[in-house]
Amino acid sequence: MKKQAKFGIGAGIIVLSIGFLAWLGYGESKTYYHTLAELDSLRGSARTERMRVGGTVQAGSIRRTAGRVDFVLEGEGKSLPVSYVGNDPLPDTFVDNSQALIEGRPDTDGRFKAEHIQAKCASKYEAAPGGKPGATQRSAM
Amino acid sequence: MDVFGSFALILAFVCALYAFAGGIAAIITRHPLLIKSTRQSGMATCGLIFISTFSLVYLFFSDNYSVAYVVSHSNRDLSTFFKVAALWSGQEGSLLFWSFLLAIYVFSVLFVYRNKNGELMPYVGVILAGVQLFFLTISNFVASPFKALGVANASGAFDLVARADGNGLNPVLQYPEMVIHPPNLYSGYTGFTIPFAFALAALLARYPGEKWIHLTRKWTMIAWCFQSMGILLGAHWAYAVLGWGGYWGWDPVENASLLPWLTGTAFLHSVMMQEKRGMMKVWNVWLVFLTFMLCILGTLLTRSGVVSSVHAFAQSNIGNWFVGFLCIVLGVCLAAYFKNRDYLKSENQLDSLVSRESSFLFNNLVLLVACVAVLSGTLFPVFSEWFTGSRISVGAPFFNKVNIPLGLLLLFLTGVGPLLAWRKTSTESLKRNFLWPSTLGVTAGGVGFVFGFREIFSLICLMLCVFVASTIVQEFYRGAKVIRVRTSANWLTSCLDLTLRNTRRYGGYVVHLGMVMIFIGLAGQAFNKEVEKEMPVGSTLKIGTYELLLQSMDEKQEKNYVAERMIVEVMKDNKPVMMLYPERRNFPTNQESGTMVAIFSTLREDLYVVYAGINPATNRPTMHAFINPLVKWVWWGGMVLVMGTIVALLPNRAAAVVLSKAEAPASTRELSGMRPAQVTLREGHD
Repeated sequence: MKKQAKFGIGAGIIVLSIGFLAWLGYGESKTYYHTLAELDSLRGSARTERMRVGGTVQAGSIRRTAGRVDFVLEGEGKSLPVSYVGNDPLPDTFVDNSQALIEGRPDTDGRFKAEHIQAKCASKYEAAPGGKPGATQRSAM
Repeated sequence: MDVFGSFALILAFVCALYAFAGGIAAIITRHPLLIKSTRQSGMATCGLIFISTFSLVYLFFSDNYSVAYVVSHSNRDLSTFFKVAALWSGQEGSLLFWSFLLAIYVFSVLFVYRNKNGELMPYVGVILAGVQLFFLTISNFVASPFKALGVANASGAFDLVARADGNGLNPVLQYPEMVIHPPNLYSGYTGFTIPFAFALAALLARYPGEKWIHLTRKWTMIAWCFQSMGILLGAHWAYAVLGWGGYWGWDPVENASLLPWLTGTAFLHSVMMQEKRGMMKVWNVWLVFLTFMLCILGTLLTRSGVVSSVHAFAQSNIGNWFVGFLCIVLGVCLAAYFKNRDYLKSENQLDSLVSRESSFLFNNLVLLVACVAVLSGTLFPVFSEWFTGSRISVGAPFFNKVNIPLGLLLLFLTGVGPLLAWRKTSTESLKRNFLWPSTLGVTAGGVGFVFGFREIFSLICLMLCVFVASTIVQEFYRGAKVIRVRTSANWLTSCLDLTLRNTRRYGGYVVHLGMVMIFIGLAGQAFNKEVEKEMPVGSTLKIGTYELLLQSMDEKQEKNYVAERMIVEVMKDNKPVMMLYPERRNFPTNQESGTMVAIFSTLREDLYVVYAGINPATNRPTMHAFINPLVKWVWWGGMVLVMGTIVALLPNRAAAVVLSKAEAPASTRELSGMRPAQVTLREGHD
């Protein structure tokens, strides 16, 4: 067999197996991004999928109770009651009027169960550009 | 001073314009005076950018709160240290800083090669001026750092105002690494402009010989070294400041910095195929082009809000400028390639699957697949929105699933590649080179398994790390042995001597050793532990073999913040080991707070303690503790990697003289002592 063909087969195997792994990883971690306004229009299975929703934390709505933090996310004229049930401490930037990106699933009782929260401060959050890492959301490598 | 700075900036723009347009004219007319004047204009551009940058720094130091950029990123109480860093803490300043670093590179290139590479340099000058022109356009007309603070009055005109004090620097950025991480990363990003300019210039000029590939390689190594340092310092910063216990989260901005690193690494390897065998020329040129384009794409991702990231800049229209620039760059590269592609014809073909060439091909394949995977994962929300209409993002599991096997494959190639012969490797040489390393690797795996290592990827990683490290040690041992026989120096001196004779090859091994150490650190992540507990003063928290006693809490007033501290005694086997002080800093100026993590770091593991705040319901402080094994190896590996790169950049020390002298004693020695000599001298990287 020609050398190039052998190399091609080797390369093909690598690319295909990585493609398969990528597909698995995609299935495991894909998250839909919806706006608050879109949430009401979701039907069927889309209603209970894992998703991210962005909005502003309503001033004075943060209530900390045992094991969870309740607050209201608002934006586009809508509001959404949220219960944060994740394990990580909330980011320092999570305060009244901060912009928050919540990740989780809507619950049957109309509350959104969030497992991760990222927050940006209402005052312009500007960090250094270029790979300054550090998601406030903990995601193990 | 703000007028002075912005005037220097506009003059720089004019000079760059002349260097660009005049340079093109110089290439066409080949008039020596025109060539000289455009080169000098290029140097003047750099000088004016320096002046402009220093005047912005001066504005920070003189607390000039009539300039918008200074107001939003500094205040009177900010320490001197961070006033310098404030220069690159926002959009406008960091773009100017980008031009500043690029100017350092451009000036060095124009100055060092002023009397060399006559045919090539006018092209290089034009390309560099073109890139500078783009950034100067942005700094002058789109995002000026010298914009005065103003309020619109009733008639719609701006009234200038000066404030008594500024808003202060974001607390997350007030950490020593803020001062060194961005300059390093930016030096990496901007540094890739130089190899890009050389590669494109050589293609446009159809520059004969391989000289340009040496130049490109050297400048890529410099940029690569800074990029590596920048990425690792950023990871360390995230680890030490953000308090989430990790250092890499596959955030778009982190990914953006990894992309050019991956293609740059691929280039540094495949360039050897071109130097040695005249192969892969098209591929190499495109790797250099791609690396530069990924640097621009990285900046675009960071600044445009295309992909949501915790630390992306506020959404702005600046992204469109970068998209435009990227299109121009791609267009120019494509045009140059199609016009002169016969210049890049390969001189040789692949001879065997078990050869150095083939290991380089696989190395490039793995790096490129990783690059594509990271890029597509990062841009997934954008693409899914285009094609399906809904924005879908992928998270850490996607990136890990793909990149862990690729990383391990790459680690394997790191061990195998350097010991394979060019063209074809004999079975006998395979046995000679790999018998011991593979035995040691498998043994280490067996021992690990017996001691309870059950995480499959970590186990494979351990085996590969031992395997690769032993191939490297074996190489040093064989080379040093020959020198020792000849000079009867000790092992350390012989190793040093060996390294200095062929810096490129042995420096490369040191870089590989650094990568092995980083992989050891990454593998440790499989064994991370964490505990979070709400605890009154006097109580303890148990994690791993440690017991943490919360002795008391206190408050400390600093110059521009108030620190709430936990005073924690660390005990191991009921004996006190040390004290840790995790704290939260509250900055009154902008009402933000920051976490300062307390870390007790050993080579074995890090004890990482975060004060996670007071639970308002119970009024008790919460402690979040992590045990992160082997993290220190990542940072130390990074240092080894940088050292190795510096060694590889050094010129070889009089290798020819030493080798010719060695002939005489060698003939008097018995043959068995000489065999390794033939092995080590079999092929050098240079």
